[in-house]
Amino acid sequence: MAEGGKAKHERFRGDYPIVVDGLINRFGEQTVHEDLDLKVRRGEILGVVGGSGTGKSVLMRSIIGLQPPSGGNVKVFDQSITEAEPDEVLGVRDRWGVLFQGGALFSTLTVGENVEVPLKQFYPDISDDLRHEIARYKVMLSGLPEEAVSKYPSELSGGMKKRAGLARALALDPELLFLDEPTAGLDPIGASAFDRLTKELKETLGLTVFLITHDLDTLHEICDRVAVLADKKVIAVDTVPNLMELDHPWIQEYFNGPRGRAALTAQALDELRQHMDRPVAAHAVKALDKTPPGKDKA
Amino acid sequence: MTGLAQFEIVEGDGGSALVLTGPYLVSTIGAVDDELRTVDANVATIDISDVSEIDTVGAWLACTLATEHDAEITGASSRAQRLLDAISGLGGEEKLSAPRLPFWSRVPEAMGEKIFNARSGIVGVVSFLGALLISAGSLIRNPRRFRTVALFRQMELVGVSALPIIGLMSFLIGIVIAQQGAVQLAQFGAETLTINLVGRITLRELGVLMTAIMVAGRSGSAFAAEIGTMKLTEEIDAMRTIGISPMEALVIPRILAAVLMMPLLGFYASCMAIIGGAVIGDTMLGIPFWTFLSRIQEVVPTYDLWVGLVKAPVFGLIVALAGCYNGMQVKGNSEEVGKRTTLSVVSAIFAVIVLDAFFAVFFTEIGWA
Repeated sequence: MAEGGKAKHERFRGDYPIVVDGLINRFGEQTVHEDLDLKVRRGEILGVVGGSGTGKSVLMRSIIGLQPPSGGNVKVFDQSITEAEPDEVLGVRDRWGVLFQGGALFSTLTVGENVEVPLKQFYPDISDDLRHEIARYKVMLSGLPEEAVSKYPSELSGGMKKRAGLARALALDPELLFLDEPTAGLDPIGASAFDRLTKELKETLGLTVFLITHDLDTLHEICDRVAVLADKKVIAVDTVPNLMELDHPWIQEYFNGPRGRAALTAQALDELRQHMDRPVAAHAVKALDKTPPGKDKA
Repeated sequence: MTGLAQFEIVEGDGGSALVLTGPYLVSTIGAVDDELRTVDANVATIDISDVSEIDTVGAWLACTLATEHDAEITGASSRAQRLLDAISGLGGEEKLSAPRLPFWSRVPEAMGEKIFNARSGIVGVVSFLGALLISAGSLIRNPRRFRTVALFRQMELVGVSALPIIGLMSFLIGIVIAQQGAVQLAQFGAETLTINLVGRITLRELGVLMTAIMVAGRSGSAFAAEIGTMKLTEEIDAMRTIGISPMEALVIPRILAAVLMMPLLGFYASCMAIIGGAVIGDTMLGIPFWTFLSRIQEVVPTYDLWVGLVKAPVFGLIVALAGCYNGMQVKGNSEEVGKRTTLSVVSAIFAVIVLDAFFAVFFTEIGWA
């Protein structure tokens, strides 16, 4: 019988891995968040939307402890981030992964070495061979070809950088994944591939995903619920169809504007195509395909 | 479920079973990994039904073992099975570090690259100078395009805000020269010649030379880093598309500011050094402060001042050129900014010292000795 190391902590089994309570963020005179509340359910993909400057990224930075808030409380895995000692937060840091907007890869390290950084930092007892193997399969799990492992970030395209950033975020098998506009700047094909990857990973790895996005397709395709940031608060958290029923001017404009409509049509088409064997569906696909995006009143 | 990752080998007919128990997570696996890999029993099945928790790292290890022993994984929970499916077929042999040549071919290659780059570097400097002259020419023809505000801003940064540090440095240098000089000259009983020493050496050489080195460190590096960062963030490209020439907007004001401020700073540095010398003269040699200063007028020929003042703008030009040129050469990543900034300071100081030697010979030859 051989013995290994102790597990650092159990997997989180509560209902809400992230609980934000009365968060206040002020920069000088400007108040970004005032008494903001938000609960993220375990195992869901929560989309976070809001106009520019409503503090989506600030909210994420507050949750992961990069931005000490002016007031309120943030709990991740029932551990307070705002009031904790730095050492205590460290115990939570290896349970989440963060993908920053530009990927934020270390430019002097190769992709594989980037993935190794958190492993080395938190688990120095893992042997070099195993660590190399882990880095390699994580990179491939993120949908990059094997050759990408030895490439420097400057040799990668924008979409590949995001995938490499995702591989680093997944390095420690986190329970919680923060994605800051993962599909921004990707072409539609790349963006929808990234969406599928996010959903797949969430399902196989049992992740909870906090996803900031502007991409309406992402919201429709993969988000279980969407939190809307406006008026310095989270004004609503619900599924997309339910949100569209709400009578808030910004929400209406966002989801029922031309782009929101187009995304909805696209999704409807996708669903219909899965039932193409039925004549009604085939007919509907034909009809919808002809409608120029944004102009249909379906 | 904080427990330990453990394993045991259960002998059975048709090969033994490797039974894994406890959590198989990234946090627990480090300790069992080595032992598991060295298991040399004939393993037919890997039983993971008692694994309390598993993540992709645990699944990866199970997969690797299964392939190695050609064994079958049994008892996987639905979650474990999902992970196993997700990672099967991944992995490979690709090295993590970028491919590197062996030592004996890496060194010659690096040498060759250096030489090759040196050639293109010279071409680069010359074409940069050419572009600079063309911009200067077109500015002279269209003086309204000249950026006066930028020039004054740079003159403030290069000149005015450097006054305290250059003043302090020169004052201390004056003290050191006077004190050390006096000790040596005392052997001949010629302490009064300390005045000649301090006055001539600071006005001719040290005032301007030390100022040039200080400006290279302060402003030359700033030029390279500023322009380099602007290149990385595509600000320079944005300027070009709007129709602003980066040469006119960024390079010429900086170079002109350095050329104009260097003589002033150099003269100021010499004055501060002489004051430093005079303080030593007053306290150590018994030469009254004001006597020291008035003797300077008698023992230092006027051409010593000219020697310093002629060199100063040339040094300023070199320092600013090195900074701006290296800034414009930045491309790729943030590491390049650092490299180029270092290079700008090192090459500027080197060029200034080499040129100073030529100037020394030249001025002696024309009789300003």
